[in-house]
Amino acid sequence: MKQEYTITVYTENQIGLLNRIAIIFSRRKINVESLNTSPSEIEGIHRFTIVINEVEDVVKKLARQIEKQVEVLKAYYNTNEQIIWQELALYKVPTDVIAEKVKVERLLREHGARAVVIRKDYTVFEATGQREETDKLVEVLEPYGLIEFVRSARVAIIKDSHGFHEKIKEFEREKPGAEVIENEYLDKQAEVFSM
Amino acid sequence: MNTLEIAPEKIALPKKPATRPVSGSVAVLEAFLAEGVETIFGYPGGAIMPIYDALYDYQEKLKHILVRHEQGAIHAAQGFARSSGKVGVVFATSGPGATNLVTGLADAQIDSTPLVCITGQVYAHLLGTDAFQETDVINITTPVTKWNYQVTDATEIPAVLAKAFYIAKSGRPGPVLIDITKNAQLQQFEYEGYTPCDHIRSYRPKPIVRKEYVAQAAALINEAKKPFVLFGQGVILGKAEKEFKAFLEKSGIPAAWTILGLSALPSDHPLNVGMLGMHGNYGPNVLTNECDVLIAVGMRFDDRVTGRLDKYAKQAKVIHLDIDPCEIDKNVKTTVGIWGDCKETLPLLTELVNAKTHPEWLQKFRDYQEQENQAVINKELRPGSTEMTMGEVINVLNEITGGDAIIVTDVGQHQMVACRYAKFNESRSNITSGGLGTMGFALPAAIGAKFGAEKRTVVAIIGDGGFQMTLQELGTIMQSGIDVKIIILNNHFLGMVRQWQQLFHDKRYSFVDIASPDFVMLAKAYGIDGMHVSDRQDLREALTTMLLHPASYLLEVKVGKENNVFPMVPQGCSVSEIRLS
Ligand SMILES: Cc1ncc(C[n+]2csc(CCOP(=O)(O)OP(=O)(O)O)c2C)c(N)n1
Repeated sequence: MKQEYTITVYTENQIGLLNRIAIIFSRRKINVESLNTSPSEIEGIHRFTIVINEVEDVVKKLARQIEKQVEVLKAYYNTNEQIIWQELALYKVPTDVIAEKVKVERLLREHGARAVVIRKDYTVFEATGQREETDKLVEVLEPYGLIEFVRSARVAIIKDSHGFHEKIKEFEREKPGAEVIENEYLDKQAEVFSM
Repeated sequence: MNTLEIAPEKIALPKKPATRPVSGSVAVLEAFLAEGVETIFGYPGGAIMPIYDALYDYQEKLKHILVRHEQGAIHAAQGFARSSGKVGVVFATSGPGATNLVTGLADAQIDSTPLVCITGQVYAHLLGTDAFQETDVINITTPVTKWNYQVTDATEIPAVLAKAFYIAKSGRPGPVLIDITKNAQLQQFEYEGYTPCDHIRSYRPKPIVRKEYVAQAAALINEAKKPFVLFGQGVILGKAEKEFKAFLEKSGIPAAWTILGLSALPSDHPLNVGMLGMHGNYGPNVLTNECDVLIAVGMRFDDRVTGRLDKYAKQAKVIHLDIDPCEIDKNVKTTVGIWGDCKETLPLLTELVNAKTHPEWLQKFRDYQEQENQAVINKELRPGSTEMTMGEVINVLNEITGGDAIIVTDVGQHQMVACRYAKFNESRSNITSGGLGTMGFALPAAIGAKFGAEKRTVVAIIGDGGFQMTLQELGTIMQSGIDVKIIILNNHFLGMVRQWQQLFHDKRYSFVDIASPDFVMLAKAYGIDGMHVSDRQDLREALTTMLLHPASYLLEVKVGKENNVFPMVPQGCSVSEIRLS
């Protein structure tokens, strides 16, 4: 069954890697729903967060292909239940409408939005949340002359991850131990090596 | 003596490596020397001129082979890598020089051939300005390289090249491209010497072998009644031919090869049961769907090998040994995956398997072989008709060389026939474009193969179509004086496509009738001797003449126009639906 998967990739910071990772999806005609690159908890290590809609078997193969790239340290994939995730959205609305209609302000508060910029001609609100929440606010603001809307890529934290600090020490060792040298999935034999 | 006077060498100063000023170009060539490179295949141009200028002073130490087209350079480097087991090295200029490498990169990527290609690039300050001969080589080549990198500062060159060689040859090998801007080639910097790379933090070429999986695999093998081994190029790339043979001989399991695995096991080995796949042997294809344990060693279940996947070996437990974890479970679900270098994993497996023979099971392969002999092979190798067949040419060649030659094939019917019938005693003797099926591969690859194994006889077997794709490399042969034997099997058609049109498109021969020049005259123009043969009675003598000739030689053999290659697993069919006619 196709569902949303979030792929978390720890990488070296190298030009061209974004393309190397992106073409793993485009080559297979898989649409990337969202892609975010950011620093990680470790200096010099980047973290990609990629969201796609696919079946697990495909996601598993994609994660392996990503991990095969020279500059990639590790790739994990998770369902939405296994992660905490957020997206950020910005909304530009005419200031006069907002000022006139008290109702709008109440609505914004209800949706946890806050003003980032207030100018005479327009106001920019920001809201953080999951897809449905930020979408909902679009609906709400549309009648009031929403001028512009933009949403960021997803960022996600894996619920049962202990971070990458220990792993990175292993990677840096001349002779890393089994865990970082092993492919994650070989350990889940029962699930992976199904007939 | 003054007590304060200490001998200078006794002062423990922090040791700074001795440096000397060199250009980026010299650093490239020094890296090559440190990596043991002896032969470079290349073609100069504006953006790589500083490197060629430096090369002028390195001619004693580095042999440069001037090709006629950059595609020729990269295929030659592939041939070199395949025959020698070393990394093939290429130089090309920016823009068109670099784009001409793309086919070869794709070929090397899919066939896991270790290459380091250096391309010149415009000055760094011109990047992105559509400068003369600027192309975005890094982005064009990203999908077809194992790794690529653009150097804009000479100080990076030693470390980047060390990384390039390490990545190209370690783990599952592949092509690496390093794009060097002209300013970096010219830039003088303090060179601290060359340190080979043996560890990259984010790169795990070799796993720690998990013995429990080896044990599980051995248990499956020990219980098997009809075990069957499939082997690919992994055995050759892992330099594990001996370990592989030991495994087979102890376990007594029949083994069949993919065309890239061909020659890893001698042709006459009693457990070698033949070729897999679309034009493979009858028994190995049919019995894939009858075996109880399938053991795949260093192969990747290409669709030309498996045919229809949902009807492929469904009854079997599958053991897959591979160094690339992406291959395990990619096409065929595995019962036990053994991730590792087969040079390491095979001996572990051999230790745990019982010494056995499987006479009845092996007999099944022989029975199918006999059927194939009668339906296909006897006619192909000893035809009654007046027209010559491709198979009989290969057969006579085998008799003369005794299976000691390196055979380089192009793509098409002649390739399938050569792989089916050529005999090999030694590993690294069959060189062909398997994964990409690149017509035009054979002539330049044969040149490279000879440079990689100068003591061996190299015979290129090429179709009349494919030869015309890269025939300009006759000029490379002429100038370098290399000794390559060329056999053109001329059927006056783009034979393989014609065969498909005959079988699957109602004989509508759409643009497969290809005219050719007089190949022998063409060779003569390049100072290469040659001969035409169209009569069977002249074949043996012609082949002998060719092989005894002290230099390159071109032999054109006219073969039947509308012969087909059989057996055949039609596309989309199961391996057990293989057709004998
Ligand atoms: C570069 C390239 N273009 C097209 C093809 C498709 N193709 C595969 S086999 C073949 C015919 C080859 O004809 P020829 O070289 O005469 O060899 P034959 O099959 O007759 O032995 C063609 C056109 C290919 N493999 N490579």
